[in-house]
Parts: sequence; C-alpha cells; structure tokens
Amino acid sequence: MFDDLSSKFGDIFDRLRGRGALSEKDVAAALREIRVALLEADVSLSVVKQFIDVVREEAVGQAVLRSVTPGQMVVKIVHDQLVKMLGPEDAKINLNASPPVPIMLVGLQGAGKTTTAGKLASHLRNKENKRVLLAGLDVARPAAQEQLLVLGEEVGVDSLQPVFGEQPVGIAKRAMETAKREGFDAVILDTAGRLAIDHELMMEVALVRDTVEPAETLLVADALSGQDAVTTAQAFNDKVGITGIVLTRIDGDSRGGAALSMRAATGCPIKLMGVGEKLDALETFQADRIAGRILGMGDVVGLVEKAAETIDREEAEKTARRALKGQFTLEDLAEQLAQIKKMGDMQGLLSMLPGVGKMKKQIADANIGDKTITHQEAIIMSMTPKERRNPKILNAKRRQRIANGSGTSVQDVNRLLKQHKQMAQMMKKMGKMGKKGLMGAMPPMAGMPGIAGGMPPIKHQPQ
Amino acid sequence: MSYPDKDAKAGWVSRLKSGLSRTSQNLNYNLDGLLNKRRLDEKLLEELEDILIAADLGLSTATKLTTKLARTHLNGAISTGEVKEALADAIAEILGPVAKPFVPNPTLKPHVVLFCGVNGSGKTTTIGKLAHALTRDGKTVVLAAGDTFRAAAAEQLQIWGERTGSQVFAKDPGTDPASLVFDALTLAQKQSADVLLIDTAGRLQNRGELMAELQKTIRVMQKIDETAPHTCLQVLDATVGQNAHSQVEIFSNLINVDGLVLTKLDGSAKGGVLVALADKFSLPVYAIGVGEQSEDLQSFDAREFANSLLGIEAN
Ligand SMILES: Nc1nc2c(ncn2[C@@H]2O[C@H](COP(=O)(O)OP(=O)(O)OP(=O)(O)O)[C@@H](O)[C@H]2O)c(=O)[nH]1
Ligand SMILES: Nc1nc2c(ncn2[C@@H]2O[C@H](COP(=O)(O)OP(=O)(O)OP(=O)(O)O)[C@@H](O)[C@H]2O)c(=O)[nH]1
Ligand SMILES: [Mg+2]
Ligand SMILES: [Mg+2]
Repeated sequence: MFDDLSSKFGDIFDRLRGRGALSEKDVAAALREIRVALLEADVSLSVVKQFIDVVREEAVGQAVLRSVTPGQMVVKIVHDQLVKMLGPEDAKINLNASPPVPIMLVGLQGAGKTTTAGKLASHLRNKENKRVLLAGLDVARPAAQEQLLVLGEEVGVDSLQPVFGEQPVGIAKRAMETAKREGFDAVILDTAGRLAIDHELMMEVALVRDTVEPAETLLVADALSGQDAVTTAQAFNDKVGITGIVLTRIDGDSRGGAALSMRAATGCPIKLMGVGEKLDALETFQADRIAGRILGMGDVVGLVEKAAETIDREEAEKTARRALKGQFTLEDLAEQLAQIKKMGDMQGLLSMLPGVGKMKKQIADANIGDKTITHQEAIIMSMTPKERRNPKILNAKRRQRIANGSGTSVQDVNRLLKQHKQMAQMMKKMGKMGKKGLMGAMPPMAGMPGIAGGMPPIKHQPQ
Repeated sequence: MSYPDKDAKAGWVSRLKSGLSRTSQNLNYNLDGLLNKRRLDEKLLEELEDILIAADLGLSTATKLTTKLARTHLNGAISTGEVKEALADAIAEILGPVAKPFVPNPTLKPHVVLFCGVNGSGKTTTIGKLAHALTRDGKTVVLAAGDTFRAAAAEQLQIWGERTGSQVFAKDPGTDPASLVFDALTLAQKQSADVLLIDTAGRLQNRGELMAELQKTIRVMQKIDETAPHTCLQVLDATVGQNAHSQVEIFSNLINVDGLVLTKLDGSAKGGVLVALADKFSLPVYAIGVGEQSEDLQSFDAREFANSLLGIEAN
C-alpha cells in the first residue's frame, strides 16, 4: 500500500516539477537503439528481448529530467536496470562448510579455469588466510597438471601430486582425503575444459560433483564470448549445477554482454572477474563497470546523472528561498522527504559526513528510517492539495481521514503536522536573521526537529 | 546506489529464465518449424534475422542477408528448402573466396608459420594438429615454443611434439620470445626442415606492450629471413562474439596476418562472426578446429560452414 502511495506521490511530484513523463513512444524509440547496442555487446538475443521488456515496463511513465531528452533518460534507466540485473556485487566465495571446503571450477576449453584456480588459491590464502590445496583433475589436455603445479608453486600454495593414470573422480577423492588428513581449509579442483554438448564429459564432471559435493561450483567463462554464452551457461547449470560465475579476460576490450546473458540464464551471481594473466589479476565483481561497458553509452549516463544533480540543487535552493519567506508548505516538506529518500540510507549517509558523528544519537532518536519517511510521505499524500497548502483547516475529522487513508494513526498525523510547524517557524526566523547565503540557512532536515540549521538535503557545490 | 531486495531479484531472474527457455525454443525451431509454407513477410524476415544474430553474425550482417533475401523473395510463398538454400547461398558467396587450405611452399626450408591470437583460442593445439597433418605427409616439422610466459606452455607443446614426431625448440620460462624464435629459425634452417611452426603466448589485442613484443619477434626473425613469417595465422575461438572484429582488425593492423583459423567448431557455438569478418577483411580461412585430438583439423569449406550455420543437414 505504501509502495502504491509513494509511486502516486512520485507522479504528482513530477507534475509539480513541470516535467513530462516518458511516453510509450519515447521509450520504444530509445529501446530500438538500446537493442542494437546490447546485441553489438554480445548480449544473447533471447536475453536482450527479455531485458527490453523489463525496461519498457520500468521506463514508461517515468519522469524526464529537465535538460535531458527522453532518449537520454531511457539510456539512464537502462543503465540502472543493467546494474541491478548484473548484481549483486558482494557475492563472496562460500567457505561455509566443514573444512576442507571443496571449490570446483568448470567451463569450456580455454576459458581460464586453471589460471583462475591459481589466482583463487592465492586470493584465499592471502586475503582469507586459508590453507589451500590445489588439485588438477584435467587428464585430457597436454600438460594441464604441470600448468597447475607451476601456478601453485608461483603463488606458494600446495598442490596434490599427480599420480600417472589416475582419473578425475579418483583424483578428487584423493584430494579431499589428503586435505582432511593434512588439515587444509579448502580444496580447489581444476577440471578439464569441456563442451556443454559433450554428454560424456558433462557426466564425468557431475560424478566429480557427487563425489566431493562442492560448496562452490564456479563456471569460468570468457568475457569475449558471443551469443552462445547463454546456451553454455544454461547447460552447465542444468547438468552440473553452478553456484557462481567467474568472468575472465575483463582486461580485454570486449563489451562483455555475455555477463548479462549468463547471469540471466543461470540466476547465479557473478563472483569474480579475471583482469589479466598474472596471478593477482582477480577482482570482485563490479556491476557498474560491466553495465557501462555493455551499454557503451557512458557519456549519456553521465550527462543524465549530472542533470539530476543540478536539478536536485536547484530544487533545494528554491525550497530554501521560499522557506526563508515563511512559505514552507507541506508540499515542500514532501519534497524534502523525497530527496532524503533518494539519498538512500540516511543514518549511514549522515555518519559519513564530517562533524555529524556527534549528532548520531539525535539522529537515532529522531528515528529517521526509510519507513518513517515513507509513512510521512503517505500522510502528506492523503491530504488534499488545499490541506497541504493550508494545514490550519485540518480538523479532527480530516486528520482521522488522513490517518485512515495513509494507514497510519492520528498521532502520526499530529506528529508530522507539529514537526512541519516547527520547521516552518524556524525557517521564518532564520529568514529574518538575514541572508547569509542560501545554503547557510537551509531549512533543517525533515524529521529532525532537534537539529537546528540542519543540512542541505543534497550536497551543494558552491559556484 | 540501491539494489532491489532479494525477492525482487529472484523475481526478475525467474522471469527472465522462463522467458529464456521460451525464446531459445523459438530460436531452436531451426528453419524447419519456422518456414514451412509461409509467406516471406516482414515478420518472417525478422525471425530469420534473429536466427542469424543468435549465430553471432552480428546485426548488420544479419540485416544485410535478410534484406537481400527480401529483394528476391518478398511476399512470395516460400518453402523451407528455398529459404535455407537462398540464405546458405548468400553466406557461401561471402565465404567462398576466403577458403584456402594451407600448403607449405616446398622451396622454403623452412616455410615459417607464425601463430597468434588472444589467450586460450587454441594456438598451441592447432599447431599440434597441423604438425600431425604435415608429418603424416612426410614433412619434417620443427615447433618453436615461443610462449615463454604461460605456465607449462612449453611442456604442452613438447607433448604435441612427441605425439607428432616433430622436434620442439624450447627454452626456459621467461626467455625473450624474439631471441628464442631467432634461434629456432636458425636451427630449422640448418636442418633444412620443411616447416617451422611458431607458437606465441596468447595476448589480448588491446595490450599494447604485448602486441609490440609480437612485432619485435617478427622483426628479429626477419634478420635471418626477411620473407618470414611466410604465413601468419590468427587463431579465433568459435565462441567469440563481436569482439572478433577488434581482434582481427588490431592484429592485422599491427602485424601482417595472412589468414585465420577458427577453432572449437565442434561445440554449440557456430562461429558466425566469421561471415562478417570475411565480408569486412577478406582474410582467408586456412583451417578449422573440430576437436582436441590430432586429427581434428579440417580445411574450411564455405558451403559446409554456411549449411551448419543454418542447420542444414549434410546429405
Ligand atoms: N588476459 C587474460 N588472460 C587470461 C585471464 N584468465 C586466463 N587467461 C589466459 O587464458 C589462457 C587460458 O587459460 P587457462 O587457465 O589455461 O584456461 P583453462 O580454462 O584452464 O583451459 P583448458 O584447461 O584448456 O580448458 C591462458 O593464456 C591464460 O593466461 C584473464 O583474466 N585475462
Ligand atoms: N573442443 C575443442 N577444443 C579445442 C579446439 N582447439 C583447442 N581446443 C582446446 O582449447 C584449450 C585451449 O587450447 P590451447 O591450444 O592451449 O590454446 P592457446 O591459444 O594456445 O592458449 P594460450 O597459449 O593459453 O593463449 C585446450 O583445452 C584445447 O584442447 C577445438 O577445435 N575443439
Ligand atoms: Mg586448464
Ligand atoms: Mg598456447
């Protein structure tokens, strides 16, 4: 219900701001270009189609920022949606199993499994302080086991000594037994490259999986891949079951659309990125970076972000100017609430600002959570425009109606009105004190009656 | 930056997933289900274009091909066979001129072949397979382990040398590849070997310093034989997408690439980007890789490749 309300709130807000909303036509036109961009970035066609549908639904009706064309606005929406879909960024390698924790790497030939095994071993040892055993299960490719041994030596991690003629399942078993006996924390199993359509070899790796029951089965995949990425990822997920994706060759100049394809096809998070041949060239996943590459429209995204900043600043200044004249209405309060919400987690945000540490308790007391703000918005939303502009007419009956309409209590309504009154008075006073520059006299933050003077709702760049 | 909560995320994933299986089924129709006795209208053309895009031909090449089809057949009733043939014809027409088998020049002792390409594309394995084909023909072959960077790259080549009865020239890891190649060529000349196959480390085309290293390797070998390498082959992985354009463009700008080898065609990826590459760069395709064993190297056949792109059964 609150969601519904706050989206309605958003609509009205846009009308207040006097900017248009994205029409279906605007969106369709822009999405045609987006489709081309995504296909050129190697996002699989099937995923492109689905993605475009999702974005269309998301974008139609959204507000267009002033000084931005509808097309540019759609690009920004697409970018944000890409980031959202590529995420999460914080997916960690799962080590929550009784040691030794088996981690298995699978993928197509030449994708970068063995190299990633070396990198991951080094990462787990250096960053997570784990004792890692490397085990090479690739008995097919010439010198595959030697390759892993050399990498193990290079990063200073132990390797299971190969036994001539031993098969993958046997090697896996021996690796786990050895690791258990010798007190290793984790075992990284490097498997041979295999085609997703190679039934026999897919069965083989499934057998290894059943033998060791890996805590992580990571699909190592090339960021240079084309349309087939979706088929491959789906097949590995269906036949072996993966828990995460490692994208290699991010250091190349590919647009990397395969990332989205594989993320979508498997539902598995992208956990790591290979950014070079060297053994420290392993990074955690950055959705923003990959989204930017896939879309290849960084300028437009930057432009819209800049426009949004400018508008936020202008809004803030306008509110301030009116507030100083004693015209701080409930509509202005609503605007402030919206801006606060846009800034995200208030408490976290505030605590990052210099000098705010001391106010922490006040902030906590004022209970400025997202939920409070949503409630307050809902209350204002449930008022008629006339009530918003002139709260004096709010008698008991009207207050009850507003409480019902917003799913809050009359006490909540009263609290908000009181708060608004205090803020309006305080600002009038400040206005009389003289104009020491607009930002110095910004209205206090909504929901924070205790913090006089307040802070500008949005970071302000003095000109 | 805020992220959707977990449930919302699961929501879009499952939505995309269900949509995906639907769409990939659509795509997997292959032309049989798609084209049975239909009018060749805009909708059908779009579906055809989708099939070509899904095979990595790229948007512009796909559009070009369907536009061509439209010119000759639009609004006519067209059978499955006709559409397949027409498209395959058009693709084979583009690819026909680029098919070129590798034949060593017998007057060269050795005929020097340099292999290059991005990481993991299949250079070393292709060298092994080609060595197999050449030694089977009675040629003497020397392999130069010019990848002194990647762990156990020389050992890998060594095994191919043993398998094929070719001599392998290798040095310690970290050796300057240019000097290694210089010595390998000197040796192969002294032995009057028929062919010298030079392996190089995988390198991404945007890594300037690695590309410069490759240029240096070539310059240094030209001190001995200024016509070397006689054939410079760039190895491409069939799974590659549109980045192949950048790969081919940059490699052939910086070194003289004579032709391509397309590997891993035994997988589900069709390597359709080759059609666009042929159209744009006209580089010959010397061979294709269809597996990991010695015998899994074949000469490139334009018509077969076109048929495979369109799912036309061999008869
Ligand atoms: N530039 C770059 N190269 C990488 C990256 N990861 C791996 N490589 C290179 O890719 C090539 C293949 O890597 P491997 O680790 O041997 O690949 P693999 O998946 O084990 O290959 P198979 O075992 O043959 O299936 C090597 O040349 C690696 O150095 C990366 O993130 N960036
Ligand atoms: N299925 C299949 N696998 C292939 C083919 N060609 C090469 N491979 C495999 O691909 C992987 C990488 O091949 P390599 O020959 O090592 O590739 P590379 O280009 O030398 O790799 P780097 O030297 O690391 O850059 C190996 O596992 C090969 O067995 C092919 O045609 N089909
Ligand atoms: Mg390997
Ligand atoms: Mg190699």
